[in-house]
Amino acid sequence: MNTGLLIVQILNGLQFGILLFLVAAGLTLVFGVMDFINLAHGVQYMLGAYLAVTFVALTGSFVLGLVLALAAALVFGLALEFLVFRHLYERDHLDQVLATFGLILLLNQGVKIVWGAAPLSVPLPEFLTGNVALMDGILYPTYRFALIGSGLAVGALLWFIVEKTRTGMLLRAGASNAPMVSALGVDIRKLFMIVFAFGTMLAGFAGAMAAPILSVEPGMGDTVLILAFVVIVIGGIGSIRGAFVAALIVGLVDTLGRSFMNDLLRLFMSAPSARATGAALSSMLIYLLMAVVLFVRPEGLLPARGRT
Amino acid sequence: MSATPATAEVTSVAPPRERSRVVLPALLFLLLALVPLAVSFGMPAGWLALLTRALIFAIAALSLDLILGVGGLVSFGHAAFLGIGAYVTGIMITEGKSEALVILPAILVTCALFGAITGAVCLRTRGVAFIMITLAFGQMIYFLAQALSAYGGDDGLTLYEKSTLLGFNPFANRTSFYYTVLIALGGAYLLVRGLVASRFGRVLRAARENPTRVSVTGFDVTRVRLIAYVISGMLAGLSGFFLANHTEFVSPAFMSWQRSGELIFMAVLGGVGSLHGAIIGAVAYLIAEDALSHLTEHWRAIFGPLIILFVLFTRGGIVGMLRKLGSRHG
Repeated sequence: MNTGLLIVQILNGLQFGILLFLVAAGLTLVFGVMDFINLAHGVQYMLGAYLAVTFVALTGSFVLGLVLALAAALVFGLALEFLVFRHLYERDHLDQVLATFGLILLLNQGVKIVWGAAPLSVPLPEFLTGNVALMDGILYPTYRFALIGSGLAVGALLWFIVEKTRTGMLLRAGASNAPMVSALGVDIRKLFMIVFAFGTMLAGFAGAMAAPILSVEPGMGDTVLILAFVVIVIGGIGSIRGAFVAALIVGLVDTLGRSFMNDLLRLFMSAPSARATGAALSSMLIYLLMAVVLFVRPEGLLPARGRT
Repeated sequence: MSATPATAEVTSVAPPRERSRVVLPALLFLLLALVPLAVSFGMPAGWLALLTRALIFAIAALSLDLILGVGGLVSFGHAAFLGIGAYVTGIMITEGKSEALVILPAILVTCALFGAITGAVCLRTRGVAFIMITLAFGQMIYFLAQALSAYGGDDGLTLYEKSTLLGFNPFANRTSFYYTVLIALGGAYLLVRGLVASRFGRVLRAARENPTRVSVTGFDVTRVRLIAYVISGMLAGLSGFFLANHTEFVSPAFMSWQRSGELIFMAVLGGVGSLHGAIIGAVAYLIAEDALSHLTEHWRAIFGPLIILFVLFTRGGIVGMLRKLGSRHG
């Protein structure tokens, strides 16, 4: 274990955490404000990536392709809201789980029909192709820095909207007590639409930004969705701050666990058994973390205020 | 919690349904028992294998119905128990221990332990968080199986022999396999039904309606739910034992989260909370899956919308529809 590798892995963990945060932020708002469990949120992430593949290839420009992909993801998300989700807000969680599960089956397969089952990729934008020298001989790709930076920027924007604007105030109020907000004369349907559109955009953005560094394939949203669940549960349902902190923790723990668990176990185990145990343990690490957090604080680390 | 029989007072709450609660399950098991006979009279032999698989999943769906339908706890990680059962079977057979009376206790203990530990954590939360945590624990077991490189890892584990039972080979012959699973399903059904009718079951049902009131009455809601969760997990482990013997192969895909979703759909499709509905749902699901997958490789693109339409436009599942039909004619 050397310092250079450690720094690189910490950056990788941060970058992974930022991606998770972008997906989890939308999910946690939708849960918090609407008490709606949307399993299809991971599909929005996947669609963001696929749309980026198409639009970047079509326009030849990463930025233009990204903007178009986001717009298309938003339109698609709103169409889903109109066709399916709207009819589920009043239903119980079981119905919501099942209907959005059906949607995942459809869209994962639909993506295979439209784009094929083979993994696709998006070329790195030209102005971000280089590397940044961290210290002697240790390079880190510029694009990954850009990803971390843009994720943090979106996070800051989100913080500003949620904490400093009127819409944000309503969101926070909705997360604490939606019926009360409705009773006070706020158009809760409109608020739901805004929350939903926002969540969709964030997930689509995460998918599109991940497209150049991950392979774009059917089902890529499922893994992220489940990790986003872990993030939300650790952070506290409905809490953006919680989601941010938890996403970084999960990203770092998962990445560092996968890179260094072997070395750590090697200290008191033989190499083959360390490899076997390390692989098993590092893939379970974040779930164990979740279990511990829940055991100590069932509401999560930073629960939304006023929510019991 | 002693298992006192249901009192007259409780059963009288739903007198018109009482008949269908006996007739329908009895009819269902009778029909299922006749399937091998129908096969010997010219029903395509492929049906026997398909229905064996359906009955295996019916055990899992039935066990899920105990916590999902009766207890009102939406567990999205139930495939984990199925997978544990299948993996314990696969690993023990690979290690040369194929006697069912050795494997089954190992499965039940493993599933009970996993259920008790994860259940204790999951039941600290409720609602959406419970769904997400059960899903996450299911995923944890999925990744654990993927990391088991000694037993196939991601590729899965092929079984070169099947389990034996007291030296006999009930799984070698298709018909005896079918009847073994059917008997196990019947036993599981009677067990779960007995549980639901007992005092324990009434507390579990009451806690679904109003947990606060039940706990104020002096019952430990979390304990009752945890016991139900553990029993449900053990039964699902049993279905994993049969599944491993039936497919002669185990892989992490057995416990993917899609599988958990499918189990929920089976329970809901049949009619959640009615127990025999879970059996009907599993059979209907597997037949539909089989038919659609023969039609097109993109059958999920058809199945997904069907699930959505089912959720949006029907209530009470297949059993609910049958009940409506029954009340219209009688």
